[in-house]
Amino acid sequence: MLFFSYFKDLVGKEVTVELKNDLAIRGTLHSVDQYLNIKLENTRVVDQDKYPHMLSVRNCFIRGSVVRYVQLPTEGVDIDLLHDATRREARGG
Amino acid sequence: MATGGPGLESLVDQQISVITNDGRNIVGVLKGFDQATNIILDESHERVFSTKEGVQQLVLGLYIIRGDNIVVGELDEELDSNLDLSKLRAHPLKPVIH
Repeated sequence: MLFFSYFKDLVGKEVTVELKNDLAIRGTLHSVDQYLNIKLENTRVVDQDKYPHMLSVRNCFIRGSVVRYVQLPTEGVDIDLLHDATRREARGG
Repeated sequence: MATGGPGLESLVDQQISVITNDGRNIVGVLKGFDQATNIILDESHERVFSTKEGVQQLVLGLYIIRGDNIVVGELDEELDSNLDLSKLRAHPLKPVIH
């Protein structure tokens, strides 16, 4: 639940999602759900020449199970808030 | 959140492009989905990319794709008509490694 809430707060920010098939997609976080499925808007693939498969795509839905990393803007991260939230989660879990 | 994905409802009856676990690209009209992201794709065809020849399109028809095989369910826009598929050369996508 922690990361679901965390991603909900990041809606509207620019992120880069790196998938388990090495594809990296940059876009604006539109929405997220309980499975951490991600919907991105205004997408472009990071290495467009290598991956032209998504040239005509501007919005996409990414299944949570295939995400390797979600790269966040440093300004978008409140590290202290995250520390506190994780500590609370660890205590309660 | 009750439905499959943060709003796959908005994509129903739209053309989408699905990338599968094994690196295939299948384009079709989304007819239905469920909470496990299993999807029903109508008028589907597979786009085969290769470095040697232009994109090949294999007609498939009505397909059900199991959710755990879906990597990206893209929203294909009409930008697609701007693409000249015969000129595109690319390595096929890599399969997913968990």
